[in-house]
Amino acid sequence: MEPVAIVQGTAVPLDRSDVDTDQIIPSDWLKRVERTGFEKGLFSEWRDGEDFVLNNEEYAGANILLGGPNFGTGSSREHAVWAIQQYGFAAVISPRFGPIFKNNSTKNGLVPVEVDTATAETLMAAVQADPTLEITIDVERATIEAPAIGLASTFDLSESIRHRLLNGLDDIGITMQQVDKIGSFEGSRPSYMA
Amino acid sequence: MSEETTGPKTNIENGPRTIIEKVWDRHVVHAAEGEPSLLYIDLHLVHEVTSPQAFDGLRLTNRPIRRPELTVATEDHNVPTADIDQPIADPVSKAQVDTLRKNCDEFGVKLYSMGDINQGIVHVIGPELGLTQPGMTVVCGDSHTSTHGAFGALAFGIGTSEVEHVLATQTLQQSAQETMAITVNGELPEGSTAKDVVLAILGAADTGGGIGAIAEFRGPVIEALSMEGRMTVCNMSIEFGAKAGMIAPDDTTFEYLKGRPNAPSGAEWDAAVADWKTLRSDEGATYDREIIIDGADIVPYMTWGTNPGQVLPISADVPDPASFEDPGASDAAARALEYMGLTAGTPLKDVPVDTVFIGSCTNSRIEDLRAAAAVAKGRKVKDGMRTLVVPGSGLVKKQAEEEGLHTIFIEAGFDWREPGCSMCLAMNPDKLAPGERSASTSNRNFEGRQGRGGRTHLVSPAVAAATAIAGTFATPADLD
Repeated sequence: MEPVAIVQGTAVPLDRSDVDTDQIIPSDWLKRVERTGFEKGLFSEWRDGEDFVLNNEEYAGANILLGGPNFGTGSSREHAVWAIQQYGFAAVISPRFGPIFKNNSTKNGLVPVEVDTATAETLMAAVQADPTLEITIDVERATIEAPAIGLASTFDLSESIRHRLLNGLDDIGITMQQVDKIGSFEGSRPSYMA
Repeated sequence: MSEETTGPKTNIENGPRTIIEKVWDRHVVHAAEGEPSLLYIDLHLVHEVTSPQAFDGLRLTNRPIRRPELTVATEDHNVPTADIDQPIADPVSKAQVDTLRKNCDEFGVKLYSMGDINQGIVHVIGPELGLTQPGMTVVCGDSHTSTHGAFGALAFGIGTSEVEHVLATQTLQQSAQETMAITVNGELPEGSTAKDVVLAILGAADTGGGIGAIAEFRGPVIEALSMEGRMTVCNMSIEFGAKAGMIAPDDTTFEYLKGRPNAPSGAEWDAAVADWKTLRSDEGATYDREIIIDGADIVPYMTWGTNPGQVLPISADVPDPASFEDPGASDAAARALEYMGLTAGTPLKDVPVDTVFIGSCTNSRIEDLRAAAAVAKGRKVKDGMRTLVVPGSGLVKKQAEEEGLHTIFIEAGFDWREPGCSMCLAMNPDKLAPGERSASTSNRNFEGRQGRGGRTHLVSPAVAAATAIAGTFATPADLD
């Protein structure tokens, strides 16, 4: 994956809770065997409704998706992450992510910005009031800032994930450094499992 | 910034441990401060939807599968449930299934294809073939992998990048998780089932209550469940956000496994059982979170909204969004009622249903079909009601037919189908039309889950069958 250090730009406010991965990318899109071409499927059922926020021209060009609590719950489909990235988002903000979605994000360089509820609510109101609000997410420092509204906060990011995002590291390569340990572990497994 | 520890919040060294910690600890290949643990994976299940890009990744990097014999594949999500002697009509579905066949052939992975007696939903065939065993780590590119936790395995869903990682290394990098005890005390009232237990848990935990944790289900109600019932409960762990759900193995587990094709036999069976008996939470082991439910309070439940935490007893009325204290929950309820076409105050039992779906990795096993057939026997499906009974596997279908269940269903007017995921997620031709309402034994009532614009209510197999006969939501007792 590509390294990511700073995400700077504007955000789309998706003000609802429990946005599951079936909404992010409906199952018809899961039949594809490729890893690209999912941008058209992003929220495709909601985008057909005229008042959906992604159709609002004021938010065109935003590179941050600002969600409500329990964003990305449900299905393990990594296609949800691919669709969000391929549409043009580099980071997703939520007070709480579905665990598989969050994990999948970090494997693809999509920054999951898990902020406290108060920060999420402040941002949601601010971005709804001002679509041009500039937001800066710093992966190195695990900070999120919106100077125009005086917001400066941190988000939860483990050291190992931060390292992988900053350096665009391939997990398989890291794991294969332990190949001898994997081999000796295999030698110790019960015979009925081996 | 949080620092990672090297296991699920480990208790004092050599102190009492939960089953969650025991199974986790015995799979740690490598642990280092500030890094996720590297866990060995004993069983990797694969299906056609989340694997093609992972196989492509292996080809691009010229990596083989490290342990193809610990990898088992099946075709389930896309397969039609009628006319399976014909090629798959949808060219995109067909291409995806063909891709899995090509990949399994190229990489040497055992595949159960459409029409094979062992083919079926990935979370039905793993246990029934004896592949899933206590104390194992089991993964699959599918969030309902938590099902296998019913055997005391640590089983969880992964994304496609992780599928590729397991194929290449037979391990996964895993961050520490909290532990969560879900204790169901007492006894279930007559007429309540495993599905009602897990719907009650969802009502208590909500969709986010398990995020960051691995759950252990325990207590007399859980211990009294059959393996099929335990699988139903563990299956929906992800619906409250838990990474996995586990139940300590006991005689019920061992009896289910004994003699299955991939289970140990002879002296190895005895050694395995002796080991599996140690997989219980120690006296005094502590958990980071706990939910306690009284089994006596568990009545037949159904979902009324668009996430699985929006549950009520079937005897309740459609809730008023204004009755929710939390403004977020109130907004979500209002949006759900609009999507579901429901009016606050309407008795749920008055809501008419178009389609009944009995199937999915939650409720498509023999016991589920027996429960539905017991209700259907000697009765007739409501005129105009569309019904699908979709067994979880070729073996479940065969057993049901040997027991004559298919005859009971057919005589009552139910449509008896071939195995697959079917209308649970509508990747095959079995879909709801916009505005149609289902009573479904599956696991997700998300918007559009069973077809664009479709409205899904999650129920148990017995309630689904009773609803097919009544035409509106009903329990078997309502039919008398």
